[in-house]
Amino acid sequence: MVYSEKVMEHFASPHNVGEIENADGVGEVGNAKCGDIMKMYLKIDNDIVTDVKFKTFGCGAAIATSSIATDMIKGKPLSDVLQLTNKAVVEALDGLPAVKLHCSVLAEQAVKAAVADYYKKHGREAEAEALLAGCDDCECCGQ
Amino acid sequence: MFHTKIYLDNAATTKVSDRVLNAMLPYLKEAYGNPSSIYTIGREASIAVTNARTKCAELIGAKPAEIYFTSGGSEGDNWAIRTIAAQGAAKGKKHIISSAFEHHAVLRTLQDLEKQGFEVTYLPVHENGIVRVEELKAAIRSDTALVTIMYANNEIGTIQPIAEIGAICRENKIIFHTDAVQAVPHLHIDVVKENIDMLSLSGHKLHAPKGVGLLYCRRGIKLTPLIFGGAQERGLRAGTENVASIVALAEAMTAAAETMDEANERHKKYAKKIYDTVMKLPRVHFNGDLEHRIPGTVNFSFEGVEGESLLLQLDLKGIAASSGSACTSGSLDPSHVLLALGLVHEVAHGSLRISMSEYTTEEEIDELCSVLPGIIEKLRSMSPLWERITKEEKK
Repeated sequence: MVYSEKVMEHFASPHNVGEIENADGVGEVGNAKCGDIMKMYLKIDNDIVTDVKFKTFGCGAAIATSSIATDMIKGKPLSDVLQLTNKAVVEALDGLPAVKLHCSVLAEQAVKAAVADYYKKHGREAEAEALLAGCDDCECCGQ
Repeated sequence: MFHTKIYLDNAATTKVSDRVLNAMLPYLKEAYGNPSSIYTIGREASIAVTNARTKCAELIGAKPAEIYFTSGGSEGDNWAIRTIAAQGAAKGKKHIISSAFEHHAVLRTLQDLEKQGFEVTYLPVHENGIVRVEELKAAIRSDTALVTIMYANNEIGTIQPIAEIGAICRENKIIFHTDAVQAVPHLHIDVVKENIDMLSLSGHKLHAPKGVGLLYCRRGIKLTPLIFGGAQERGLRAGTENVASIVALAEAMTAAAETMDEANERHKKYAKKIYDTVMKLPRVHFNGDLEHRIPGTVNFSFEGVEGESLLLQLDLKGIAASSGSACTSGSLDPSHVLLALGLVHEVAHGSLRISMSEYTTEEEIDELCSVLPGIIEKLRSMSPLWERITKEEKK
């Protein structure tokens, strides 16, 4: 199993690590039993992600996918943010080993979970539920 | 490439030592003949294999005729277990006793036999990673054909009560096989005194090349070939002898026997240094037994940390080690060895194995001890699991 240089770059110096106090949306996916937890914090103004931070417990790929996913959504309107796919995350990292593809799914889901949390806090329940409904293709998510 | 400065994964494999390389080179470059050939360079190769067999036998207290050269530990394990299983089945004995934390070369072979109707009892290894002889006694049945229990565990280094197990098997007329791959580099073994009927070992764990090992099979036990063909290894293991590597194996075992006592003393001191450094950190676990162990193999779990990330961080500092996390085991489950000790998945994912060799230096261990706490802190600072653990602690 070999990681791309891009994965190792993001693993060695991950971008946007940390927490946001009073974040507008927080999403956590994965579980400790499987060895991956991603937590994403969003600051959102007028449906634009103005800041993003993450914390991840997991392998090199989990940390790298979290890091690059935060780069990909920072400064973007939610309409763009929700277009983020695990495939785009993998491509941005110049590929992932097959056994690590689930990490990119987790990154996409962490972003969506954080946005869903934001929607819920703003009474946009229907939009939140629509987002979370897609979260069933990950073998580890949701316990 | 080749940027690893400090190699602490010697239970995975070792470098070929200069002494071993020098011993084997003539059999690659000059006496490269086929040992079955009649002319001089064939005879030279044949003599080299004979001498290596004598040397290897002597070093484990066996006779030359009881040594069969193989491709390594996995082949020896497969060969021994399948041979005895087949002989047992012919007599209506289809029960095997093993342990819960064997190497996969043993476990997967046993699982395959289970599919063929064999019953296997996997003895628990308890919190300290050691089987209990009274539990072995209780597991023995009238149809038990084989006991196969590893000498020393590959992940946590715990040493099993081999001589006692051997004596119990001998009393009950059950064949006893042990996978001694991790033990041979570090311990003096005597198959007669320890009542061992069959033993597999591998060269690349003690500074010989990969792809060579041996199976000891006590006289009186009939082996059945796994590989058919030529008459090598007394007709029981076909294929032209891996002459240079066989010479290397004998040289490596000789060197190990000469240096292991002193190396073990050094390793004890190094392991203590690592232990003292690691155990100062909050929420860490030492995996295994403090006393009955290979001194140079230590294993810890760090709560809130995932093992692969830990290995990659160490790699960035030029240090090579290993982990039992799911990510490094290639499945969703962490190491079966750590789970057999009763560790929960979350904790098993955060394990680190350090394994030393004759060539490990105190400076290398000091370097490890100087970077490890910082790496753990860094990974924990970005771990939502660690955040959860510490919050629960405060409650």
